[in-house]
Amino acid sequence: MSALTLFRDATHWRTGERITLAVEDGVVVPAPRSPGAHARVIHANGAVVAPGLVDLHVHLREPGQAAKETIESGTRAAAAGGFTAVACMPNTDPVVDTPTWVEWLRRRGEAAGHCRVLPIAAVTLGQRGEQLAPLEALARAGAVAFSDDGRPIVNAGMMRRALETAKPTGLPIVCHEEDPGLKADGVMHEGFTATRLGLGGIPGAAESVMCRRDADLAELTGGRVHFAHVSAARSFDALRDAKRRGLAVTGETCPHYWVLSDEAVGDYDTNAKMNPPLRSEADREACLTAIADGTVDCFATDHAPHTRDEKSRPFAEAPFGIVGLETALALTLTHLVGPGHLPLERAVELWTDAPRRVFGLPEVSLEPGSQADLVLFDPEAAWTVDPEAFHSRGRNTPFAGWRLKGRVLVTMLGGRVTHADERVGFERPLTAEAAR
Amino acid sequence: MTADTPVAAPTPPGAGIFSSSSAGRAPAPEPEPARPAAPAGAPSPGAPGAAPAADGRHFLALEGLSREQLLALIAASARDRSWLALGEPDRSDLAGVTVVLAFIEDSTRTRTSFEIAAKRLGANVVVFSSTASSLNKGESLLDTVRLFEAMGAALVVVRHPASGAPAWLARQLTTMGVLNAGDGTHEHPTQGLLDLLTLHDAWEGRFEGRRLAIVGDIAHSRVARSAIAGLTTLGARVSVCGPATLLPADVEQLGCEVAPTLEEALAGADGVMALRIQHERMAKGLLPSLAEYARVWGLTPERVGLMAPHAVVLHPGPVNRGVEMTHEVADGPRSRILAQVANGVAVRCVLLRRCADAVRRPHGFTAALAER
Repeated sequence: MSALTLFRDATHWRTGERITLAVEDGVVVPAPRSPGAHARVIHANGAVVAPGLVDLHVHLREPGQAAKETIESGTRAAAAGGFTAVACMPNTDPVVDTPTWVEWLRRRGEAAGHCRVLPIAAVTLGQRGEQLAPLEALARAGAVAFSDDGRPIVNAGMMRRALETAKPTGLPIVCHEEDPGLKADGVMHEGFTATRLGLGGIPGAAESVMCRRDADLAELTGGRVHFAHVSAARSFDALRDAKRRGLAVTGETCPHYWVLSDEAVGDYDTNAKMNPPLRSEADREACLTAIADGTVDCFATDHAPHTRDEKSRPFAEAPFGIVGLETALALTLTHLVGPGHLPLERAVELWTDAPRRVFGLPEVSLEPGSQADLVLFDPEAAWTVDPEAFHSRGRNTPFAGWRLKGRVLVTMLGGRVTHADERVGFERPLTAEAAR
Repeated sequence: MTADTPVAAPTPPGAGIFSSSSAGRAPAPEPEPARPAAPAGAPSPGAPGAAPAADGRHFLALEGLSREQLLALIAASARDRSWLALGEPDRSDLAGVTVVLAFIEDSTRTRTSFEIAAKRLGANVVVFSSTASSLNKGESLLDTVRLFEAMGAALVVVRHPASGAPAWLARQLTTMGVLNAGDGTHEHPTQGLLDLLTLHDAWEGRFEGRRLAIVGDIAHSRVARSAIAGLTTLGARVSVCGPATLLPADVEQLGCEVAPTLEEALAGADGVMALRIQHERMAKGLLPSLAEYARVWGLTPERVGLMAPHAVVLHPGPVNRGVEMTHEVADGPRSRILAQVANGVAVRCVLLRRCADAVRRPHGFTAALAER
């Protein structure tokens, strides 16, 4: 039984109007003229209300890697970051390549209750690139996409068959674009910093040549390709060209690629190690351009938690990946909207409507009847990133100690508050029961 | 070690000379919100509560050392060289100091050189050899070195296949000093210093206006990186050359020039350093064959003759005769390859003594151990 909740004096994310948004029984309803005594009122004080954020690329690490993250901790972090849905990658232990594991992930996500968990299933059995996983059955079990993330499908013939097989499901294949021969023993971007530190370099071409290949395969097969975490200037070009050719190719990029360059590796900082790596300043600028000109279809975090021990190794031996769910919105507001690269509504769209479109998820809006997956955030509130305060088990962020603007105040999932900042004023005390 | 490492110059012997791990040292400056660069001093992942290590007990890289610091180390090494060469009895500078030689990668000559240096100074030497695979990654190396630390060892000399491993180890250790004996493809600073000492002799103490050519596998060479860092700081020029597959990206940003051919690198140079070619490079498609390499990049008496009359030939060893250079060059009048080896012992004596002094200085390392 869900009572009426009012977001009073909120700013509509798209129109900029001050509105009162009403939610009842899990959906947005017309704001009543005189709310009854039972209504719970959230005083937004001008904070922005928007559809809940969606992250098409997270690693929840379950099954099998609970020391890094669990569905509970990862989705709790998502709620804290303003997300109401996350798509989780199948490179777990075991790999999510059976309908049973897809169903298990959905159930565990629902049980945790912080955020919708949308499983991405493997393209090939065990992500080995040798034999296709049962794509039709995986789709029927609830997979939202297919990916061998972290293990690119090297054999172009296998990629072709995968696209052909996935096509009837209507689901995209999410591609971690990387040519293993060009990556070789690289552990960071190929450039001066890698040369100075004596670390193996990964050129941007390792990504872009595979983007070109898979765009051509999308054309050959009519299948849907989604480029994961695009990082290199030439990969953005490949995405731009694919769109110009009218292919069913989409792409995402992540906050670290528009905020940082390879210099951030500094003195072997393993918290600046991820794959694809932080690239050159020119690549970072190309990322900003591709965001501004509409080449980038949506944002994602590539949230990849690791344990402190794993990250406390010499650089080459530490695993790739950084966490991102709890800093994504603030990095967007501080480093894209703040400097004027993007208007607020477009930035928010790239975390909300845009990813929903890419994966064909149900639309969420502020209109009556829409499912009440919402976020309320203060775009001006400044805070300091403290990894120890993260809900994620992962502390591996290059942004520790950074001062950012943009704070999530309330996250609501199907009418239920899944995250509330302590400073938010509720007219009626928010009880634990109400919060659930 | 990094450019922002504060190094006071000039310094009294042994004080503040050496690089120290930077993590946890300085309070984090307030990051500028609009500037998309990593804020300096952000907590390093490997260093939760790591020792500040700003006391010069580590020697990790030549990059970041000042001209005055380098010249002081060269001068001190020259002094040590004289008593070593005269066959004087062993000294007792390091009496009571235990030095662990942790070689997680094979190296007979560097290990032996450190061992001789430590023993001539009266240290107790423990050799710990292993391979990275049998050590099961860096974590167990740390555990092992911590055991030695708990046993009271003062210094650990580390050779490791991972770039940055000695700096990483330095951040984790409470009392022990770390000397880098070569880390991956990053630096080999004791080799770099012995090369500087050798060139100091050949160039009559003057680095300004001199030029060294470095030939070969620059991409995988820690020797080259240390040499470039040291020589450019001292005002000499460096020309690198080699197969395009073995030149690292943006190498000129290290402060060197890239010569298109060996001949152009050698013309008028004051010295040449040939780098060792590892046979595994062929398997990775970086080189067609050793014969092809030798034909294009091998040092011959004719090519060596392109250099200035006083120019010398260096090689970190061991030499692949007939590949990096002919035996006429290796054993010829310009060769300083054996002088490099002799200088290595002197350089390591100086560095061991200074790091040990820094470990002992404040209140003795046993006292520091007791305080933990």
